Amino acid sequence: MTHTLTPDAPLADSEISLARALLQMMIRVRVLEEGIERHFLAGEIPGFAHLSIGQEAVAAGVCAALRRDDYIASTHRGHGHTLAKGTAMRAMVAELFARADGMCRGKGGSMHIADFSIGMLGANGVVAGGFGLVAGAALAARLRKTDQVAVCFFGDGATNRGPFHENLNLAAIWNLPALFVLENNHYASTTETSETMKIEDVAIRADGYGIPSQIVDGFDALAVYYAAGEAVERARRGEGPTFIECKTYRVRGHYIGDPERYRTKGEVEAHKSDDPIVRLQARLGPTLSQQEFEELWGTAKSEFADALAFARASAQPETGEAFRGAYEGDRDPETPHGAFAVREEAAFAPFFTEVPSAGTGSAH
Amino acid sequence: MARTISFTEATLEAMREEMRRDPMVFLMGEDIAKQGGIFGQFKGLPDEFGIERVRDTPISEAALVGAGVGAALAGMRPVVDMHFADFITCSMDELVNQAAKLRYMFGEQCTVPLTLRAPDGITKSAGAQHSQSLENWFVHTPGLEVVIPANARDAKGLLKSAIRSNNPTLYFEHKALFPRKGEVPDDEDFLIPIGKAETMREGGDAAIITYGITVGRALEAAETLERDERIAVRVVNLRSVWPLDYAAIADAVAATHRVVVAHEAVRVGGVGGEIAAFIAEHCFDDLDAPVIRLGAAHVPVPFAPVLQEAMYPKAPAIAAACRDLVRKVR
Ligand SMILES: Cc1ncc(C[n+]2csc(CCOP(=O)(O)OP(=O)(O)O)c2C)c(N)n1
Ligand SMILES: [Mg+2]
Repeated sequence: MTHTLTPDAPLADSEISLARALLQMMIRVRVLEEGIERHFLAGEIPGFAHLSIGQEAVAAGVCAALRRDDYIASTHRGHGHTLAKGTAMRAMVAELFARADGMCRGKGGSMHIADFSIGMLGANGVVAGGFGLVAGAALAARLRKTDQVAVCFFGDGATNRGPFHENLNLAAIWNLPALFVLENNHYASTTETSETMKIEDVAIRADGYGIPSQIVDGFDALAVYYAAGEAVERARRGEGPTFIECKTYRVRGHYIGDPERYRTKGEVEAHKSDDPIVRLQARLGPTLSQQEFEELWGTAKSEFADALAFARASAQPETGEAFRGAYEGDRDPETPHGAFAVREEAAFAPFFTEVPSAGTGSAH
Repeated sequence: MARTISFTEATLEAMREEMRRDPMVFLMGEDIAKQGGIFGQFKGLPDEFGIERVRDTPISEAALVGAGVGAALAGMRPVVDMHFADFITCSMDELVNQAAKLRYMFGEQCTVPLTLRAPDGITKSAGAQHSQSLENWFVHTPGLEVVIPANARDAKGLLKSAIRSNNPTLYFEHKALFPRKGEVPDDEDFLIPIGKAETMREGGDAAIITYGITVGRALEAAETLERDERIAVRVVNLRSVWPLDYAAIADAVAATHRVVVAHEAVRVGGVGGEIAAFIAEHCFDDLDAPVIRLGAAHVPVPFAPVLQEAMYPKAPAIAAACRDLVRKVR
């Protein structure tokens, strides 16, 4: 099979509110990530940050098909998945700013955002780190006889690692309620996917494990939603995992600051028309006025402005926090873990100093 | 003659010279050929050696290390780049059960001349999964050599020795060292023998036994102590953490009677514990005070800069430890 764009047919009436919701979500992700990019470059966000600009239809489409109690596991490129699953922008931005009110208390950062209150099992600094988490969460749902499903988001590059293969097989033989969502953006950092695999469609790997697969236009949020919805229903019915390959493209660099020597500007330009927001707006046509469209942006921008103000106002984590959190009990000095944390803090405390704020342009 | 070059450039020279010298040497890693490595540490090598010998790979760490072991068994000298040392975890079987064991288990029928380059350490809020120093795991695994350069000179001399070694060798290079400049000898046969420490600075009041990026922090501490408090501190750069230069450790104890062992890796269960135990067992009579071990706190590396900077030892902590030891007996 080759990558074909679905024709942008006019929407049925019944689809309009869904399409609007998807558009709103994609705009929120876009505004969030453009904001992250600005504030990273301004030196306010430490560490690494990877943007999913251009790929928002996958996060929006899949998560729209999920319930709050379903699970997702994300990648290093996880802002979109996390927002679409339902996290509060405030807690995420505060985390990226390394603040105490961040969703991970400032210990995770962009590469490690997580929100367990909505079943978001974490972004991951290790490529293919999510497969096992999803297989396990799906297994738990099965053992507890809930009808929850677990979704693994991952990149094309991740499918060359062992955990992809081992967990797909496991999910298949145990008929797990899992959904494997590949965001095939044709690059794994600087390397074109065609150089690291002999196949055009990664979905055929799923065939090898007996998992039904679908290839969808990853710029089409509705197409992604329909594919995910069908797979989720299958999983809830106990019929096992599905693999969805979303053909997409990463418009920004691999990380913020990437010099992008591995592709031409022209190549990136050529994907302008694939913008999932532009595509869905066009599809909504006259059912969405220009003013309404601008309102969607305006709402998202105010949401980001509010999150930014929240993050900036949030305190730095207390230094003692560095020594606590790895173990249950380590906040209680009466436990072995807590007693050791007290000793560790005391050993380092005389040397606590002011730390200069975030640097920019880390190589990654 | 010597020149001043960056740590990165020193590693490039080492690889260039060894690849010219021995056609069996080849390189594998993610984003190393076309991009030149994430820290530029492979830049330009494909121009001279071609992409057969400088190979870009899929994200398949288990295959890279596994195939590295296989190629080594078949007579090649692979150098495998781990991208970040943290991803060694993805190839632990290949390293621990295969590379480390084969020579011994197969009665010396084979050798595994494999080198792993593994950028490690805490820098720039890279977070828990991109900041670790894991050398102690491999010191604890019989059959592996572990070398850790502290500066450009070490970088070149140790990498060349690692590539020439017939044993599987892990070469941990701290990410923050790559841009740092230092003097490197011109001699193409300049090698740093594996298992030999270097005394970087003399001093009779205390000794800091250390390696890797912490050597620079120890030197800074020693300079401050000398200047401000007339405390003279010897600084021993181990360069190899396996094999350890036990003789140099014993000498340092005999010469100073007070020892601080320091590294950036987690202190609990770390290499410093092995060194302190060796001193307790073999140099007890030379000691005037208990050995002090310094290392990172027993927690994953946190993201927030304030937290990250609070949990591993830098020059002030090292200086304070020396000061404590000296006060104890003055
Ligand atoms: C096990 C492991 N190896 C290497 C890396 C470094 N790395 C981070 S992202 C990345 C590329 C991932 O490509 P892909 O899976 O296609 O995801 P994309 O970045 O395209 O979203 C690499 C090699 C890593 N984080 N983990
Ligand atoms: Mg990719």
